[in-house]
Amino acid sequence: MAKTETSTPDAQAPAAAAVPFTPFAALAPAIGWFIPGAGHLIQKRWIRGLALMSCVVAMFAFGVAMEGKIYKPNTGDLLDILGFIGDLGSGALYILGRIFEWGGLNITTANADYGTKYIVVAGLLNIMAAVDAYHIAIRKKQ
Amino acid sequence: MIFALALQLSHFSAAALFALFFSIVFGITQRNTPNEMVRYGAYCFAVAMVGMFVAGWVMWLLHH
Repeated sequence: MAKTETSTPDAQAPAAAAVPFTPFAALAPAIGWFIPGAGHLIQKRWIRGLALMSCVVAMFAFGVAMEGKIYKPNTGDLLDILGFIGDLGSGALYILGRIFEWGGLNITTANADYGTKYIVVAGLLNIMAAVDAYHIAIRKKQ
Repeated sequence: MIFALALQLSHFSAAALFALFFSIVFGITQRNTPNEMVRYGAYCFAVAMVGMFVAGWVMWLLHH
């Protein structure tokens, strides 16, 4: 019986050791969200960080250049609310977009519709990148 | 601020560019080693491109 009690924690030890939560583990995804790719860069994953930053920034920039709409906080249509949540994922890019009023006001062309989707997906991809930065910080991923 | 000259992309180029960006991010975030990342990114891009052609032909057949 005593052997069983001592062996169970030993068996779970590697799994528990794989996810140590540190302040850095909270900081990496937060920075990664605010500045796309920075969550990887501060962990010295230079190529991955730069690639993620390039993709998210380029996608956001293409969306703005196509006159995509940057959603504002709203309580209206469900898709508008979801669009705002997606846009918010871009972090500083979203804030800059709101400050400088980038993008189109209305979605009147197919091109502007593509641009709007580009901006939303740039935010969603940035959230994926921030989660990945968190996984690296807790050593769940190399 | 409204851009004076809005970027105009065709349906194909917009979708291809979209596939390129999300494939790179998917490759990096969903796999662990650099080799796997490149392979998975290429796989995602290939699936997106093939899916785009298939969807395009399906829509053409439905239209005609």
